Amino acid sequence: MQERLNLDAAFSALADPTRRAILARLASGELTVMELARPFEMTQPAISQHLKVLEDAGLVTSRVDGTRRPRRLASPAIEAMDQWLEMLRNALEANYSRLDAVLAGMNPSRKRGGKKR
Amino acid sequence: MSKLTLKTEGDTHIVGTRRFAAPPEAVYRAHTEAELIQKWLLGPDGWTMPVCINEAKPGGKFRYEWRNSKGEGFHITGEFLELKPFSRIVHVERMFLPERTPDNHVETTFEAEGGGTLMTIRMTLPDEQTRAAMLATGMERGMEASYARLEGMI
Repeated sequence: MQERLNLDAAFSALADPTRRAILARLASGELTVMELARPFEMTQPAISQHLKVLEDAGLVTSRVDGTRRPRRLASPAIEAMDQWLEMLRNALEANYSRLDAVLAGMNPSRKRGGKKR
Repeated sequence: MSKLTLKTEGDTHIVGTRRFAAPPEAVYRAHTEAELIQKWLLGPDGWTMPVCINEAKPGGKFRYEWRNSKGEGFHITGEFLELKPFSRIVHVERMFLPERTPDNHVETTFEAEGGGTLMTIRMTLPDEQTRAAMLATGMERGMEASYARLEGMI
């Protein structure tokens, strides 16, 4: 329950391309600020500032590991991503269910001289 | 047959698999012959594909246009890079919604499997930033959908 999504803050957090890139990179696993800063032409404080916006929105969370503080996607962000993949899957699956019916109605020998396997 | 699986892979890919009861030749033809494509590649209920141009040869182009009953529409254009009947299609496509989406490179393979077909679709987006933008847009859609569902429950 500590991972609460602030919907308005989340949408405005997602509007920034750097923050979108940070979320996409965290989608493949936990990363520290230093690791996150590396591919961006940005200082660590600038990345930390973006992370604060994402944390305040409830999209990113962190844990303490000795002196490290790795960040990961918060559960609402993971759920939103899964929800979207599910929506995409459902939309495509509707097409493939129709394709099942089209295939069932196709004559396999049409045009191709009836090659049997 | 089996339902579609769909997952993200690496920094730039989305991979889907689906099994069909028909042999690869039939599934391949249903992806390359306009009169067959128009029967199934329709999206949500209420949409039709009045324009389906498909030149299924290397370097050939395709254009699909969809319309709904409210007169709304969008289209996809693409080019074929490789075609190996009845096992492999490689093409590039982009959508016009009407704004143009980044090019999506798509490899579709059809493998015979127990009298049926295993189809694998591997989509490659141009770069990490494009997929990041796509995932973020997806996250927004996901949140909107969860939120709408939550409102419906209250």
